[in-house]
Amino acid sequence: MTQDREPGFDTLAIHAGAQPDAETGARITPIYQTTAFVFDDADHAASLFNLEAFGNIYGRIMNPTQAVLEERVAALEAGTAALAVASGHAAQLVVFHTLLEPGDEFIAARQLYGGSVNQFNHSFKKCDWRVVWADAGDPKSFEKAVSDKTKAIFVESLANPGGVVTDLEAVAKVAQSAGVPLIVDNTLASPYLCRPVEFGADIVVHSLTKFLGGHGNSLGGIIVDCGTFDWLASGRYPTLSEPSESYHGIRMAETFGDFGFAIAARVLALRDLGPCISPFNAFQILTGIETLPLRMQRHCDNALGVARWLEAHDKISWVNYAGLEGNSYYELAQKYCPKGAGSVFTFGVKGGFEAGIELVSSCELFSHLANIGDTRSLIIHPASTTHRQLTAEQLVSAGAGEDVVRVSVGIEDLDDIIGDLDQALAKA
Amino acid sequence: MNHDNYDDDYIRDILSAHKSFAMVGASPNIVRPSYFALKYLMQKGFRVIPVNPTHAGKTLLGETIVGSLKDLEDPVDIVDVFRNAKEAVPITEDAIEIGAKVVWMQLGVRNDEAAKIAEAAGLKVVMNRCPKIEYGRLSGEIGWAGVNTRTISNRRPRLAKGFQHRVIGGGRTRRRPVAQD
Repeated sequence: MTQDREPGFDTLAIHAGAQPDAETGARITPIYQTTAFVFDDADHAASLFNLEAFGNIYGRIMNPTQAVLEERVAALEAGTAALAVASGHAAQLVVFHTLLEPGDEFIAARQLYGGSVNQFNHSFKKCDWRVVWADAGDPKSFEKAVSDKTKAIFVESLANPGGVVTDLEAVAKVAQSAGVPLIVDNTLASPYLCRPVEFGADIVVHSLTKFLGGHGNSLGGIIVDCGTFDWLASGRYPTLSEPSESYHGIRMAETFGDFGFAIAARVLALRDLGPCISPFNAFQILTGIETLPLRMQRHCDNALGVARWLEAHDKISWVNYAGLEGNSYYELAQKYCPKGAGSVFTFGVKGGFEAGIELVSSCELFSHLANIGDTRSLIIHPASTTHRQLTAEQLVSAGAGEDVVRVSVGIEDLDDIIGDLDQALAKA
Repeated sequence: MNHDNYDDDYIRDILSAHKSFAMVGASPNIVRPSYFALKYLMQKGFRVIPVNPTHAGKTLLGETIVGSLKDLEDPVDIVDVFRNAKEAVPITEDAIEIGAKVVWMQLGVRNDEAAKIAEAAGLKVVMNRCPKIEYGRLSGEIGWAGVNTRTISNRRPRLAKGFQHRVIGGGRTRRRPVAQD
């Protein structure tokens, strides 16, 4: 029964985590639209609550449709386990809630999705989790930011709004010297383009809403445990290495080995904070993931075509796409995402802010909305929307200055995508 | 025998063919990992006899704890080592003496010398693995907790009695990916 051949990425995208239903033979994962699950008896119930037996108890904590999604993404990211939650923001909340105590510091790259910047500067600050900013383009800036309070490092592999590729290996070295886990938001790349675990990541997060789900229809987030950090040896993460009060004193990292972090995140943070994913959303996202390899390649091929066309256009002042040979992150893109540099990038229209707004308003194919990673091409002016709540200084640091237009290139016919920008630019 | 990476069939065969464990280092303390493994394996239909000199004579989940492998009254198939790697050699020697078929060392426990001794005597060896996690993985149950079973299957899962109980079934498998080797 064992085959010598290890299933490839495309096969895992369809099959990992899923099996035909035992009772009906249904091939496709059912949508278990239920909040709770019946126990055999009181002993069975107690075993489940004590984490002695594997199984489903209550929808806030687990669900069988969600479990297939979790195993699928864990397999694609070559992780040991995963935990799906309501959104990418929720994934980040659950990760940090599991790792940090009030007063702890974490280092984060400035080149992040604006929503993460806000989360770190505002809501995390309220929990007294203190962000120390560093520069994704300068790994030494991470070294300088390390203090005896540092408990984690956070970066995006391919940074939003695009054009920046983080030197993951270099940052991973800093994390390793500092004895802290490296958390990588891999949303813009997806495991098809980049697997952060291969470069030293300990935890990977995604907004499933974006490329993994891929169709702009369902919110979700996921945390992947790479199984690489030794929580017991470190001793600085009591949630993982100390006796757990609400579980009769088991130590999560001891009882659950190399997937202890994922279990702790589920049975503690998710249990108590509650940002669970809906079974229906999990199903939608699962279906989307089946075509991830095909979609991502088309996204990247189209994006490169669009970027090249824009670069040559006389109304465009600059294009920031790491897949373009002249881009300062081109070399890193070849190393970390050799199949393609993603499909989210930015450019500047001559005429600045006003011309950018005019362009966005004149598109007839591109949808003007706040999202990325959809089959549909999307366009937005980050400074006035997704990155609006940042200061002017933060905007520039995040790559979302006043004149910046961001596109998420979809998988429509390239001629149609370019044609739309062409006619819109004529008006801008 | 490559003890860094086990074929899923190797593990599956051991867990399917054998019916009993002697768990050396079993603890009546309900928060110890050995208790978790003991209880789970019993639920899967294995007979698990706890071996622990500190608690000899006490009852644990219906079995009487014995002081050492040599005190076992009934034969066992698998000797499960929940002790430090340093103790693996004497435990293995006892396992051979009592006619066990497999020496299984827990997560974090690896002793290549003990493995050689066991294999020379015709026993199978598994090291640095937890039988609960392996059973959970190969039955697919551990997938309910979002854990990567590292298997794919087009077969119906094999069910045991009651809700949410599976036994080990077949299915195409794959080796542990390179990133974790």
